[in-house]
Amino acid sequence: MIAEKYAKEIEGIIARYPSKKSAVLPLMHLAQREYGYTSESAMKEVASILDLDPTQVLSLAGFYTMFYEEPVGKYVLEICNDLACALRGADEFVDMACKKLDITPEETTDDGLFTIKTVMCLGACDRAPMLQCNMSFEENLNEEKFDALLGRLRAEATAGTPSFSVAEKMASYAVKDGA
Amino acid sequence: MSDLVTLTIDGTELSVPKGTRVADAAKSVGIDIPVFCHHPKLEPVGACRMCLVEIGMPMRDRATGEPMLNEDGSPKINFGRGLQTSCTAVVGEGMVVHTDTEAVTDVRGTLLEFQLVNHPLDCPICDKGGECPLQNLVMDHGKMESRVYFEDKRRSDKHVSLGDLIFLDRERCIQCARCIRFQDEVADDRVLQFHNRGVNLEIVTMSDPGFDSYWSGNTTDICPVGALTTADFRFGARPWEMTPSASICSQCAVGCNMTVNTRREARSGGKPVIKRILPRQNEAVNELWLCDKGRFTHDYVASPERLTSPMMRKDGELVAVSWDEALNAAAEGLQAASSVAGLAGQRLSNEDYFMLQKLFRKGLKSGNLDVNNRQIGGGDVVAQVGIAAGSDLQQLGKGDAILVVASDLHEEAPLWWLRVKQAADRGAALVVINGRSTRLSSHATHNLQADSGDIVATVRQLVSMAKVETDGTGALDAAAETLITANNLVAFYGYEGLSYEETESLAKALANLLLIQMDGEPHVGRMNNGLIPVWPYANTQGAWDMGIHPALLPSYKAAKMTGMDAVAMFAGAADGSLDALYVVGADPIGDGWMADRGKLGLLIVQELFMTKTAVTADIIFPAQSWAERDGTFTNGERRVQRYYPAIRPAGDSRPDWQILSQLGERVGAGKAETVTSLVFRSLTKAARQYKGMDYRSLGQVEAQWPVVGGDDRYYGGNAFANTAGLGKQWAAVAESKAVKQFEMDDAVSSREDGLLLINAASLYTAGTLIDKSAVLAPRMAKITLTINPVDATAYEDGDTLMVRTDRVTVQATAVVSDDVMVGTAVLRGVKAMNGTAVARLSKIKE
Amino acid sequence: MGHILLRHRDEGLENLHQLDVYRANGGYDALKKVLDEYSKDEVITIIRDSNLRGRGGAGFPAGLKWGFIPKVDGDKYVVINTDESETGTFKDRELVERNPHQVIEGALIAAYAIGAKQIYNYFRGEFMSAAFNFEEALQECYAAGLIGENIMGSDFSCDFSCHYGAGAYICGEETALLNSLQGDLGQPWSKPPFPAVEGLYSKPTVVNNTETLANVPPIIMNGADWYKSMGTERSAGIKIVCLSGHINKPGNYEVEMGTSYRDILFDEKYGGGIPNGKKFKALLPSGGSGPVIVDDALDAPMTYEGLTEHGSVMGSASLIVMDETVDMVWAAMKMIHFFRHESCGKCTPCREGVFWMKIVIDRIYNGIGTEKDIKTLESVANQIQGNTLCALGEFAINPALATIRHFPEEYRAKIK
Repeated sequence: MIAEKYAKEIEGIIARYPSKKSAVLPLMHLAQREYGYTSESAMKEVASILDLDPTQVLSLAGFYTMFYEEPVGKYVLEICNDLACALRGADEFVDMACKKLDITPEETTDDGLFTIKTVMCLGACDRAPMLQCNMSFEENLNEEKFDALLGRLRAEATAGTPSFSVAEKMASYAVKDGA
Repeated sequence: MSDLVTLTIDGTELSVPKGTRVADAAKSVGIDIPVFCHHPKLEPVGACRMCLVEIGMPMRDRATGEPMLNEDGSPKINFGRGLQTSCTAVVGEGMVVHTDTEAVTDVRGTLLEFQLVNHPLDCPICDKGGECPLQNLVMDHGKMESRVYFEDKRRSDKHVSLGDLIFLDRERCIQCARCIRFQDEVADDRVLQFHNRGVNLEIVTMSDPGFDSYWSGNTTDICPVGALTTADFRFGARPWEMTPSASICSQCAVGCNMTVNTRREARSGGKPVIKRILPRQNEAVNELWLCDKGRFTHDYVASPERLTSPMMRKDGELVAVSWDEALNAAAEGLQAASSVAGLAGQRLSNEDYFMLQKLFRKGLKSGNLDVNNRQIGGGDVVAQVGIAAGSDLQQLGKGDAILVVASDLHEEAPLWWLRVKQAADRGAALVVINGRSTRLSSHATHNLQADSGDIVATVRQLVSMAKVETDGTGALDAAAETLITANNLVAFYGYEGLSYEETESLAKALANLLLIQMDGEPHVGRMNNGLIPVWPYANTQGAWDMGIHPALLPSYKAAKMTGMDAVAMFAGAADGSLDALYVVGADPIGDGWMADRGKLGLLIVQELFMTKTAVTADIIFPAQSWAERDGTFTNGERRVQRYYPAIRPAGDSRPDWQILSQLGERVGAGKAETVTSLVFRSLTKAARQYKGMDYRSLGQVEAQWPVVGGDDRYYGGNAFANTAGLGKQWAAVAESKAVKQFEMDDAVSSREDGLLLINAASLYTAGTLIDKSAVLAPRMAKITLTINPVDATAYEDGDTLMVRTDRVTVQATAVVSDDVMVGTAVLRGVKAMNGTAVARLSKIKE
Repeated sequence: MGHILLRHRDEGLENLHQLDVYRANGGYDALKKVLDEYSKDEVITIIRDSNLRGRGGAGFPAGLKWGFIPKVDGDKYVVINTDESETGTFKDRELVERNPHQVIEGALIAAYAIGAKQIYNYFRGEFMSAAFNFEEALQECYAAGLIGENIMGSDFSCDFSCHYGAGAYICGEETALLNSLQGDLGQPWSKPPFPAVEGLYSKPTVVNNTETLANVPPIIMNGADWYKSMGTERSAGIKIVCLSGHINKPGNYEVEMGTSYRDILFDEKYGGGIPNGKKFKALLPSGGSGPVIVDDALDAPMTYEGLTEHGSVMGSASLIVMDETVDMVWAAMKMIHFFRHESCGKCTPCREGVFWMKIVIDRIYNGIGTEKDIKTLESVANQIQGNTLCALGEFAINPALATIRHFPEEYRAKIK
């Protein structure tokens, strides 16, 4: 339960706003980091912390594309293939990546490690092709760099060491901000 | 300073209050601007764009500030660059609006074409077809040829259950968000929201159960397409096949105005059957809304279990007999009996009550009359200081105050909850005093939770604080200050957790609060001030007014001799001191008041169904349901309202008043009445508060805002315009003469030690009528007993407990929660009863 | 001359995101100056006189916006719009990552000027890791007494928090952004009420783009006249230009207003021309939302008004460059897909119309379209125009209308 596990962070986040409801997106981000996706129980948890009806949380999970309503792989490779990136080969890059992992966009590899999604502009058009993986940007990509990235992530998964942890950092800001 | 703004719409000059939206201003002079998302009871959002019109403002010289004029001397009008949404635009002085130009016509066609891009056009099988704003507007303004390739249309689910009562067709939805906004703004149940975005926007619910709201049916009325439909009506009939009949809800003391839609069907032998119930506008009562209980509790009318013929016990068996045989036998039996008593339910019409008391007092010379389950007193106090005639809770707002004591309005009288909550939203101060927190508490300015046993004392303390200037700083002081300084003050009182005697004291204490005269007028005798009793049934008020009371005659005149009350009747039946009992519309055995018929020599039951009491009766008279006859109910605000027959009677059933009157004729109570309106005329002579009323005046209407129910179903939704009567409130005594403060007895506590049992009302509590509703069945309240952890040492959540009180024994599921105070136990899901009972618990081993 | 906004690119200022480096180089002097020397109204006057206009794309005068805030006591808010989501735009990200203190300082000055006690920076959710430096900068400021109670010993107190969206282009629209920040669905509301009167939590609110606020400290330090000395009369100062697509040197550039598009694309200081010896074909001057322009417009000056006669806009100055190999129907389709994906669905013309445009252009691109479909595409776009609730719907029609205008033959080549 995130309410217990992240009590201090949640308190810090809620303290930022005059209205508790404003904490809903931050808590949904937190819940997704904890559970991998915004599961029904995760949404109900967030709703109960903020005194909302679960439907209100569900609504936001559907509106915002960063929330996954279905389980995804351990690493979600979100490749931008919007116009600016596409002019620099993003579509071809998506094809290459999919072929390499033997999946199509929105699918997850059998080992549960990787999901590929194509997304709209991520604000890194000058460094296309690029992708976002678990909140961090990988830019100026090509096949070689993509292989290296997959290698790194696989090694990380095997070793069980956490990847670059946005979660920890954001949590630390939450605590300090609220103080 | 004038609060009116003058503008011109399509050449018509009009003056409307400041802040009025252009679309509403146009409607008020009969100019229909089409809308989908706008609804006069909701905040405008300007989303559907259907109401785009040309709006211009007079130009002013920037340097001088002077209005600029055309050559002909008329003011120069600046129409800006584009069209504006008239639902969001606020009127301005000198504004000029065009709703009939080519640009406006064009944009209507354009927007309708957009609405149809993904619309399935399945009008031939759509419930809304025939009363559909989208269909009507396309016929008026739309392009008749589609440029969209059919196979490109977005496909989606067409039968989505949003819970048990409401179904959603996602293809028909036009994303106007009326339903979502109704649930957010009006109902405060935020259980409907949009999911996804863009063209994939869809209505979802994640509440448990789905679409968990007592107001869900209203969303189907205001849905401008056939996206939302009710479980009882969907695919049931076409709008044009149905006949509307004006009616009044018989489910609670609010008295919501409704329309019963019927259709002749083969399965009923060509007789009309009820297909659906819709709200009928009465802005002073229910506006455009109905709660789901009122809307969906009608199945009992058509139940095959209805009693259709008089019955008599012959050789131990109940057999059908003729009316004459039954009536004669009843008359003989009653006249031969050594003692008689009459017991009535609280949903009968005024006419029924009047004839009942005439039968007893005039015919049988007996004052033994009472209502079954008398839970709440103070009717005599209400007659003095009840809310004044002409009041409308909708007018309460900033500067006004509302006090609600010992009642859970959300469960007991939903429309009052809604209107009180909305008054609080508009800025009225709300003070809530109860033994536990309820749905109203979160809207309260002062939420004073008191042990139920201390409620009357708390209110009396509040009253004494209000009488003097105190410099106290406590919550009670603050509440007293708020209430007494309010421009208008309305006080509701109920009976949750209270004994009957306590409710009588409470009514007096509240009357005394209303009667306090400090700087201004007392809070009685003028509009939007006074007392409102939260009666447990639809016509408890009428029972008071007509003298269904052991000590009061019609008009609240004291009887010369006090008769037996219900409790005495039950005791008399048990010990043989009562010989004959006549029960009308009540089930004392089923409700646990009587174990059996005891030693009664004669038991007569007048009923719709073979209740537990009826099964043991000697004579049974089949009564007509409210939908089969006409009559009047008087609501808790003392508004006398007419309802009309919608369908034909079941079998040989007769209206209650007629049975009573035909029986009366046989025992010397005067010639039998033949027409309801004449019974009403007779009763106005006895009940002087009703003087001057007749069926004609009760059927009168006047213009109401918003204007609904015309051909343009798009504006106010499916609610019917009221053409059959707004009813009339009878004047409390304080409206014509001064009323003195009431003498208060010293508080007597009849409480015993132990867990104080608070019986909390649930809207959907099992009962003879609601049990027949197929759609409400899954929503019926489960029987639970909530106890504080401190008291629950021996019990856990989910345990099955036997709850024994001095009267009844029920099995309940334990809920352990600190929502209830230590020392109290909150019982839900059983018929309400008074609160002095002590719960004795024992756990049932699984 | 060094940079004014992208100062971290100047030599020795690589660590400008650190408070000590920023302060050692004049950081927070503007805030100090404001607190010591200027009344609230004086600050608003300076910004108004500087002619600073909104850098998010709409170009609304910043000083005027601040001046709309009612001068009464009560809660007010400054909200920074870092929801940078326009295709081809990545300027604010560089600012918050590399020069966060300048944004913070600008926002604090805005808060002082309007009497706000709380600032929120609304980042698009995808910028969460890009915002680390900004979050760190806030912590440093709290520790140094630059945010919080009695800032720099004055009686001005102000809190500052970051808020993260979760993937919705529409939240760059100010009212949608405020709804999103309140925890409501991120859809825009119909104005009025304007945020200056009823904004966040129904209180007066200024919403400014990140880049706009980064301009504030240098204007305070150097004066309105200094700022106006750059650029043109109606488009003063400097603008960060984002270059992407077929360009030799993609990235952000700080460019004086009035510089011609041709210079920005071809000058070695900036874009350095088209790669691989290809010819220039078309330019999207304002990401996906501005109408495409062709060679004949390249000599126009980059100003708010410069492209008016070419039927386009400067917008956020996100320049997506396309060379001769680009299929313009494909490019239009990409952009329409973007808007179809990002339409919030609140108002009918955008929700249904953009969806309709999408299905029609898909037909055309896939070779099953007809002449009638081209007409439908154009007419649907025209029917959306002027009828939507917010500006997104108006943007969404540009890809279709402008490409049909400039490249009709490419459409015709695709149809049956």
